[in-house]
Amino acid sequence: MAGQRIAGLWVWGLVLLLIVLHQDNFFWHDDTLVLGFLPIGLFYHACISVAAAVTWFLGTKFAWPDYETESSAADSIEAEDAR
Amino acid sequence: MTQFLIIMIYLGLLLGLGLIASTMFRGTKKDYMQASHSIGPFLLLMSLFGTTMTAFALVGSSGEAFKEGIGVYGMLASSSGIVHSLCFFLIGVKLWSLGRRYGYTTQIQFFRDRLQSDRIGLLLFPILVGLIIPYLLIGVLASGSTIQQMTSGAFPGMFPTDSPATHGGLPPWLGSLIICLVVLIYVFFGGMRGTAWANAFQTIVFMVLGLVTFVVIANKLGSGSAFDKNQDGTTSFEELVAMEETTAKAKLAAGEAALKKAIRDGGEEDFENAEEAIAQAKQSLELTEENARKRWNLLSKFDRNQDQKISPDERPGFFENLASATQAAGHDKLTREHISKTKFFTYLLIPLSVGMFPHIFQHWLTAKSADSFKLPVVAHPIFIMIVWVPCVLIGVWATTQLVPPVPPLPSNPNAILPFLVKTQTSDLLAGFLTAGILAAIMSSLDSQFLCMGAMFENDIFTYYMGKDRFSEKQQVWITRGFIVLIVAITYLLSLSHPVSVFTLGVWCFSGFSSLFPLVVAALYWRRLTKTGAYTSVIAAAGTWWYHFSASNYATNRGYMIEWALGTETYEFMPVTMIMLVATVVMIVVSLVTEPPEQEVVDRFFSPKT
Repeated sequence: MAGQRIAGLWVWGLVLLLIVLHQDNFFWHDDTLVLGFLPIGLFYHACISVAAAVTWFLGTKFAWPDYETESSAADSIEAEDAR
Repeated sequence: MTQFLIIMIYLGLLLGLGLIASTMFRGTKKDYMQASHSIGPFLLLMSLFGTTMTAFALVGSSGEAFKEGIGVYGMLASSSGIVHSLCFFLIGVKLWSLGRRYGYTTQIQFFRDRLQSDRIGLLLFPILVGLIIPYLLIGVLASGSTIQQMTSGAFPGMFPTDSPATHGGLPPWLGSLIICLVVLIYVFFGGMRGTAWANAFQTIVFMVLGLVTFVVIANKLGSGSAFDKNQDGTTSFEELVAMEETTAKAKLAAGEAALKKAIRDGGEEDFENAEEAIAQAKQSLELTEENARKRWNLLSKFDRNQDQKISPDERPGFFENLASATQAAGHDKLTREHISKTKFFTYLLIPLSVGMFPHIFQHWLTAKSADSFKLPVVAHPIFIMIVWVPCVLIGVWATTQLVPPVPPLPSNPNAILPFLVKTQTSDLLAGFLTAGILAAIMSSLDSQFLCMGAMFENDIFTYYMGKDRFSEKQQVWITRGFIVLIVAITYLLSLSHPVSVFTLGVWCFSGFSSLFPLVVAALYWRRLTKTGAYTSVIAAAGTWWYHFSASNYATNRGYMIEWALGTETYEFMPVTMIMLVATVVMIVVSLVTEPPEQEVVDRFFSPKT
């Protein structure tokens, strides 16, 4: 339980890091083309999109709350209502 | 005519899908509005993505990149990848869980229950409806103008216009009417299940067609073959000079027409834009030979007679064409020279609007289980990237001299992508891309119409008339009646040509974002009181209105909050101030008013450990 909580905190730390890294002042005036065709500012932010997907994947693994129990409770209420 | 036929076939397919979904309708209100919580991960991903990506994702992204360069990706796309998933994760799953437990259909039901206040519904209802109507109008107007542009030339005798870009195309009133009717039919019969299926289908359509368009345009522009208008595959220098001259004259005429219109209508910003356009056109007219020379030099690096001189194996490949197209762009388009760093940063707050979109709330409630959210949370940023990166590059390429000067580029940046598709690809692809743009528009419209019907039925009609007076079946029919009414009103409003509605987009998003602190507090802060919620909403609405009026009711499109610090001036999106005021007021007022009853808190929060 404590291990999962720490992993969850790491995930939220990564989300904060993503928000900080999103502000890439260092590439603001750089027109280098990555692989000859992708402007570095666009390439960097495409990487941010991929990093966001990875971070959220970790979030679903380590910081996902237990909602299934609550939904089971909801199903019981619905079943009672139906009766 | 090919485009027209493809659009009609596509709309027919969509209707068929909606009608098939209606055969699975179980006759209950829950099934009509929430598909009986039966939507699994894949359908949830596709419907959430399709709903959040409007026409703006295709035509707006390339149009903005044409104006501002590659910076729009970071400002609008990668930020959304982080923030949308955050909203699904933090708000969506939690609201889904509470919705399942207490049987909510709309946001207002949740807020009324959480704050134990009837009047919070009366306060929120007009705000939510008022913010969503311009959003609906944007979709309806965009569909009409897209169909007109892409079917131009199909019916020259029936629908003549002065502009060659629209001559013979279906008029906007007819295009919008067709789209409204198609969406109405599949929402009316299929309810949320029909909407989710249609969204999934349409999302696949616009993603695939966007990528195909990207490859075709990259090869066409990047190989220099966009200029191969003669039989031998070349364009002479004299022809280039003539093209430059024709374009400059056309731009001058368009600028003068815009200036006359601005003088007549009294728009200060339009007046300045028109004057700038005239000055640029006059400069281009003086420099026709020099511009033609630059273009000639750029094109001379391509072998202009490929078919005769180069074997197919030696022709440049896709990636070489990509490189040629991007390398032709100017430094300002490949960087963020013109974008303020603080504006870029505060734009991160705009995608928070997703947390308060009523139609997204309704989609969240359709999920089969909490685990169904995992795929949308993870894949959403990648999907945004797949759609936006190609569109942004196309917008940047449109600024290069690889695009022939004749016919001249449209003055409206949002028309850049349809223009390139129409002039640089085949009729068949143009027809398919039109279907893709319409798919993006309709996949948002359908959810919005359905949710507005649900809100009128749940939060106003049966709430005040008495839910027990109506059977489930009657409630479904009442919702359908409201949907018909809303579609009719939206369509009629679109006929009044509210052109300025397009500028309202970011203001609508700011409005929804300013309610974001309220939903977060309602879900995660036990101490939130109903007075705190009221004052937060009123403070947000007041601050929003203050800035909205300061922007001359959205006519000043570049309106920003400016803070001078020393010699530097920093620009912030107005949403920054609106959210700050709403949050501070909510916290302070909640802390000084009586806490909510423990019994209510216990219903929404697990016991403290």
